[in-house]
Amino acid sequence: MNITRRHLLLLLPAAGVAWKHVMAGTPEAAPNYKITEHWWGMLIDLPKCIGCGNCVRACQEENDVPDGYFRTWVERYHVSDYDIENPQVDSPGGGKNGFVASKNKEGKNFFVPKLCNQCADSPCTQVCPVGATFISPDGVVLVDKEYCLGCRYCVQACPYGCRFINPKTDTAEKCTLCYHRITKGLTTACCENCPTGARQLVDLKNPADPIHEFLKTHSVQVLKPSMATHAKVFYNELDGSVR
Amino acid sequence: MNAFKNAGHLFRLAGVFLAGLMLFLTLRGFLVPKSFGQYGHYRGNSLSEVAARTVNFAGHQSCEACHSDVSDKKAKGKHALVNCEACHGPLAKHADDPSLQPAKLDTAMLCPRCHEANPAKPRTFPQVASAEHSTGLPCDTCHQPHSPVIGARAAK
Repeated sequence: MNITRRHLLLLLPAAGVAWKHVMAGTPEAAPNYKITEHWWGMLIDLPKCIGCGNCVRACQEENDVPDGYFRTWVERYHVSDYDIENPQVDSPGGGKNGFVASKNKEGKNFFVPKLCNQCADSPCTQVCPVGATFISPDGVVLVDKEYCLGCRYCVQACPYGCRFINPKTDTAEKCTLCYHRITKGLTTACCENCPTGARQLVDLKNPADPIHEFLKTHSVQVLKPSMATHAKVFYNELDGSVR
Repeated sequence: MNAFKNAGHLFRLAGVFLAGLMLFLTLRGFLVPKSFGQYGHYRGNSLSEVAARTVNFAGHQSCEACHSDVSDKKAKGKHALVNCEACHGPLAKHADDPSLQPAKLDTAMLCPRCHEANPAKPRTFPQVASAEHSTGLPCDTCHQPHSPVIGARAAK
């Protein structure tokens, strides 16, 4: 067979595709869980939050989070009637052991649980120089411990302060939305243990998920929408003073 | 062929480049993990590695498989939406091996986690100042934790 230059030019893209396939290897078999059929997020129904700290404790027990570090935490806001733009915020021990009642009863007081916002356009994955953090096809921002250098770019990039460096492994760590649970059909540890249903795991690709009806009928916001992160943690009745 | 008469040095140089390219591709083949680029610019296998973590909280579905008496009682009361492990703690080990008995709970410590009065809690949420309300007595002296009305009212 005579291979002319034209034949060779036609063959090159095919060879490229074939090579890419060799490099990709065979996809992992995941029984029952179809990665392309989910788009995970969370709903925080703020009027239901009682600041008990169950979510913080559950997260630490489920994910072996080191003491003094938090993948999720609860903040208490105190907004004075005379200065509603400058709330006082505290979170003793991340709210892990609840909150001692303040004597200051004037103004508005409420709790705000925080966690990774699972941004669809996440700043932390954009700055990672080695591809160690990424958005999974089902919409969860994860960290590859084997690849992470511990350079801390992502810790600085997160507008929500949701990342930290694990002192034991010296790699970046964050909420995985309990990826090991949600891929097995369970809900996250924080949602499982929230006694009032203030936290709910949502799957935006599931048409039967009650989140669709909830978003239509409630006043829902995300944190820092001006950052254009397209966060997927939705806060119901979020107060304007929350940063 | 006249054009290539004095081009030997160019071919040698091209050979060096080709050898370099082959070395690069060979090294790349060894060093870049197979699953890199499977879904995007990251190691595809790290997804299954993250998902391989062990579960500590079994989930209320596991509890209800055996303890349906408690879940039936709970479903009728105020604590219907409170999942078992929210109070009982992580019990996946007990779910796997029921002979491992979980520790008994101290209601004097446990109930105030949620029900201790705090102005930041929603007003509709039932709250007490436990020091005045029960003077430190365990809450289950009067209340049934799984359906927390007081005995006489529960009979109604």
